[in-house]
Formats: sequence, C-alpha cells, structure tokens
Amino acid sequence: MNEVLLFALLTLGLLGTVAAVILYFVAQKFKVIEDPKIDLVDDVLPKANCGGCGFPGCRAFAEALVKSADVNKSIDGLNCPVGGNDVMKDAAAILGLEVQEQDPLIAVIRCNGSKANSPAKIDYDGPSTCAFAHNLYAGEGGCPHGCLGLGDCVASCDFDAIHMNPETGLPEVNDKCVACGACVKACPRGIIELRPKGKKDRRIFVSCINEEKGGVAKKNCAVACIGCSKCFKVCPFEAITMNNNLAYIDPIKCKLCRKCVEVCPTDAIHELNFPPRKKKPEVVENTTEKESVPAASSDNKNETQA
Amino acid sequence: MKSLKTFTIGGVHPEENKRSANAPIQQLSFPKQAIVPLGQNLGAPSKPIVKRGDEIKTGQLIAKGESFISANLHSPFTGKVLKIDDLLDSSGYRRPAVVIEVGDDVWEEGIDTSAALKREISDDKQSIIDKIKANGIVGLGGATFPTHVKLMVPDGKKAEFLIINGVECEPYLTSDHRLMLEKGEEMLIGIKILMKALSVDQAIVGIENNKADAIKHLTELAQKYEGISIQPLKVKYPQGGEKQLIKAAVNREVPSGKLPIEVGCVVTNVGTAFAVYEAVQKNKPLIERVVTVTGKAVRKPSNFMVRVGTPVQMLLDAAEGLPENTGKMINGGPMMGKAIMSAEVPVVKGTSGILLMKKEESRRKTPQTCIRCSKCTTVCPMGLEPFLLAKMSRLERYEESEKERIMDCIECGSCQFTCPSHLPLLDYLRLGKQRVGQLIRSRK
Repeated sequence: MNEVLLFALLTLGLLGTVAAVILYFVAQKFKVIEDPKIDLVDDVLPKANCGGCGFPGCRAFAEALVKSADVNKSIDGLNCPVGGNDVMKDAAAILGLEVQEQDPLIAVIRCNGSKANSPAKIDYDGPSTCAFAHNLYAGEGGCPHGCLGLGDCVASCDFDAIHMNPETGLPEVNDKCVACGACVKACPRGIIELRPKGKKDRRIFVSCINEEKGGVAKKNCAVACIGCSKCFKVCPFEAITMNNNLAYIDPIKCKLCRKCVEVCPTDAIHELNFPPRKKKPEVVENTTEKESVPAASSDNKNETQA
Repeated sequence: MKSLKTFTIGGVHPEENKRSANAPIQQLSFPKQAIVPLGQNLGAPSKPIVKRGDEIKTGQLIAKGESFISANLHSPFTGKVLKIDDLLDSSGYRRPAVVIEVGDDVWEEGIDTSAALKREISDDKQSIIDKIKANGIVGLGGATFPTHVKLMVPDGKKAEFLIINGVECEPYLTSDHRLMLEKGEEMLIGIKILMKALSVDQAIVGIENNKADAIKHLTELAQKYEGISIQPLKVKYPQGGEKQLIKAAVNREVPSGKLPIEVGCVVTNVGTAFAVYEAVQKNKPLIERVVTVTGKAVRKPSNFMVRVGTPVQMLLDAAEGLPENTGKMINGGPMMGKAIMSAEVPVVKGTSGILLMKKEESRRKTPQTCIRCSKCTTVCPMGLEPFLLAKMSRLERYEESEKERIMDCIECGSCQFTCPSHLPLLDYLRLGKQRVGQLIRSRK
C-alpha cells in the first residue's frame, strides 16, 4: 500500500517539476514587456469605455496616449471627452507632458420640429427605429431633414444624458452629456452636433438643418431656417455662414451677442441659458426696429432644450 | 397528374386576392397637370433637355439617360413645361421632376399610333437595341432596370434562353394578367423581337397556374410563333423573382452575386415585352403602362392604361373614390410595395398597382421576441437566414452579415410575412444591405 502511495507522489512530483521547468523557459522566451505607464494612465481614465475618444475602450486610449507621448513627445489631438480637462491633466502629468485646455463640448439637437411646429401629416406604424424610418419615408411632419422622434439617439447614450420629451416628440440633452458622440453617429439624419458648452453654458445655434428652399421648408415646419440671410447680415463677428439655404453659426467666432436671435423671422435660432432679456434701450435710435424686437424675441426659445 | 414546376427553396403562399382579374383594361383620361419624375429607372436619373416654357408633344424626348445604366424619358402628354423642380415622391422625399401643363394630345411625328398589328420584324439586332434604348424602355416588373442594358450580352457569355415573366406572384395585382389576355399577340411579337436581339431560339413564358385563362389564350397564340413555349407554374411567392423564375423554368441556379446571363438566361417581364413591341414596331416610347387599382374596400377594382405622370388621385377617382377606412395606400403589391404618402404623387414607369388597405389590415402587429422557430429560414427563397442577418444588423456587425450573403437578399418579404413574432426582419435586412453596400463601395 505504501509503495503505491510513494510511486504516485514521486510520479506527480516529477511531472510537476518538468512542467515547471518548461513553463519557466517558455515564460522567459515569450515575455511581454508592457510600459508600466499604460497601467498608470489607465487608472486615471474614467473607465466609461464609451469610445468617445475614437479608440475601442479606455485601455486602448491609454495605450495610444503612451505611444503618442513616446513617439511625438506630445498628446495633442487626443482627448477624453468624458473626463475632460482634469483627467487629461492627470494623464499628462504621468507622462511628464503639458496638455492644452480644451473647451468642453455638449450635444446639441439642431431640430425644433416638434409636434406643434411640424404637425404630423401621416401616421407611421413601422418599427420604432429612426434608421428604418429614415429609409422608408421623409417623416410624419414631412420634413426630410427633421427629427423622426423614434429615439435612436436615446438608445445609443451610455450616460443617461438624452431623453425624448413626449410633448414635443424631440430629444432633449441634459448636463450629464459628456460629448462622446454616440448619438451623433446614431442619428440617421445628422441632426445632433457637438458644440462647445460655452461660457456659463450659454449657447446660440441654428436649430434646423433643412437645406430646402425657404418656402418648401416652411410648409412642413413653422420654425425651419428659410435661408433669408438676415442673421448673416446682422452678425458683427462674421460667425454666420449661409450654405444651401441654411445658416450655420460658427461656435468659435460667435461672441454670444444674440443679435441673430432677434432678427430670425422663424425663431430658428436658439439661445440657451441666457438671462431674461431686458427691454432694449440701445436700439432707441431706430424706431422701426423697436417694435419688431419684442415680437421676435418670443419666450419659447428658453424653454426648449435646456 | 404531373406536378407543376416551381422553384425549390423556400417561398410562401399569401392570399391571392386577385379582385381585379376580370376587369378589362380601361384607358384613363388625362390630368390637367402632370408630374414626370426624372429618376424613373434603376441607375442614374435622366438629364432634362427641355426647359421652363417649352412646348412639348406627346412622345417627345424630355430627358436623356447619359450614363451606362440609365434610360431616356419622354413626355407622356402634349403641353407646356411649367417648371423643373424638386417635388415630392411617394416616400415624401423630394426628387427632381418635370411639371407639364396638359393640353390636347398631339403625338410627335414618326410614331405609329394605329392599333394595327405589325407582325414582320424588319429591324436587325443592333437597330432593335437602339430603338429600345431610344424609346426609354425599362423593366416593367417593378425594378425598372433599363432593358437595352440587359440585351447587351457581355463578351464571352451567351444567352440560351429568354425567360418571360408572366408570373405576377404579388397578391392583388392583375396588370400583367390583363395585358397577357388583351395584348397577347403584340406581346408574342415583342418576345420574338427580344429573341432576335439576343440571338436565342428558345423563349419560355412562365405563368402561374392561377391565371388559367391567360395560359390557355397564350398557348393557342404561341402555336404560330416558333420557339416560344408557355410554361404553367405552381402558385408560389416570390416566383416572379428573376432567380426563382430561372430555377422554376429551366432548373438552373444563378450563382451568388452573379447575373442571370451567367447561366445563359435573360429575364424580362410580359409588360416589357409589350413595350418592346410598341417601341420597335411602332416607334412608340414608353409613356404609358397598365396599373391595377385594388384593395378589399375598393368599390370598383380595375385595371387602367395610364400615362406616366398622372397623379394617383385620378386613378382613385376612376375606381370610384378612396374608401373611408383606408389605412394605407401602397405603390405595388402587399408584399414588396411601399406606402405612398399622398395621392398627389404621380404614376411612374415602375408603378404596377395602387393597393388600398383597410385600417385594420394595414397596421403592423407588435413585435415580440424571436422564438427560434426557424420559419424565416424555411421560407427564404435565397436560402438565407433572416433571423441571423437581422440580428447582425441590429448589432451593426455588417462584415459578418456580408459573409452570410446579405447582398443576395431580394427583399421579397417572405420572412417578415411568415414570422409569428411579427419581427421587422425585412427592415433590418434592408438596413443591413444598405450598410454593406456602403462598405463594399468604400473598399473600391
């Protein structure tokens, strides 16, 4: 009996030793030397794995940061939108580099074709996915560029930052938005744009992407940009460009003076998070404009898309 | 009794509902204003050659097909060009179209408008193809592929069979059926012309067995025409699909991603054969077609000979109006047709029917989870796995769905029709096809 036990112990012990020796040499031969900085950088990243940086997950981004630091001695052009400047500073400190401060971005819905502004002409009963609906038809309101309201953007958001407002039928972005860009990719109409958050979260943008002629656009939606160029003419900073019957406000050139908001005849230009407008004392010299100003600055602009 | 021929993989049998089968083709009156879209064929849209204010005659060329896969477009009416502008198409998107104010019908010179039958084919091969090209003939089965492109057999390939599609497997539609009954002789001459253009000596007209009168009528007529045989087929959807029809008629299989010419076949529709007869023998361009107006609630299901550009509303009026509880208006049949947004949109070369569905039958049912019953796989006529492809589209795994041959999908809708969970399989497949198409193009 003892012999059997001894034999078993010896055999197993020998096998174990041989395997250990083989494994030791194999491990030496195929050793992967990883830069320890990758782990350090990875630790400061937010671990959201959202892909907003353009890499598949935080680990890949950490690798890219370390590689860029080694090769180019800078990490410009790489940015973690979720972590923002703080995280990028920490990462840069680990790598012994400086990083430029970047304006934080936020997703902006460039359509205001709500149920009231663009009433439904037909009744869609297909699958509730914008991607399908976009392939099938122009939209219940008839605008071929407008929001379909079926929530592909909501489904794509990992941060609980975008929700449908059942009253308007439009998505609304809250301040949880980290500008990862998932909704921008998900929207088949390209309505969502990432724009700088702006000072005190103040933003001005054209809430329409319809490139049809003014009359056609207006037929389907009361608040469409009709390409009248009034904002383009009034802008003192040349921040507005006109292209294919559509105005676009460059967020970098825009100084938030709100002149364009006042002149827009269809209320297509939105201002967000501005204090309520005072009665205008500065346009006293122009009597004709004095009357038109209060009418143009109607109250509904501050309500939408806070 | 010997069982009838049909294709072997998959297929479904929807309710036939051929309510307008006994309604003779009526000529529809002309509208006051016609909208003629420029993109009426598969491929590149035609380039307009008329401008605002031009006086045009019926049959006059108004837009040229310039690229390889494109077709000419002719004025269906006499009158004045009001404007060339982007106008609503049936999906609600805007597409360029010519708007014509319709006056008295005066035909362009050189077009034979008499009804006399012209039997002998005097044109040679090349001049047949030229005439078909000049007169803007496209496939009238629905895909509107330019016919002259089909007739130009690539080097190294040889056509052995001309297969004529008289299947009309879509439920409700009867436009091809009526055409076979009423214009049978013309159609057979058209087939002879196509045979000459392709240098083939065998033509097979495939007709489903539910059109017994058409089979009998054409079989009698075809005795006078050498090389044309009529092949009755078992009723099964989607037998009108090119690849399914080839399998059913000559038992050959088109390889994945290839065209029918690979197995020596060319397939055209019966409506196209009639249009070819008119184009070659009468020099008449394709400006009118047969359109079925039908539906369970339609008071007078009918077949109309309609000029292209006529608003759908006029067809509805002629069929005694829009029924009150109409839920959906469909361009085409119930299986492959697409819903129309408004009755102002015009009839185009590819409009085979207008189907009005009642509210209760038009609603989509609530989708539930896949129960893995594999019905979609059983009915897919292309041997695909729709449930898998749909899942891949949902997960955006387009490279894998390309390997699973998503581009072979003919969008017949059999999978969605048969799905007991009412899943939007076809919508997923269409989306997948679109994305995979983009992928393939981006590689070039």
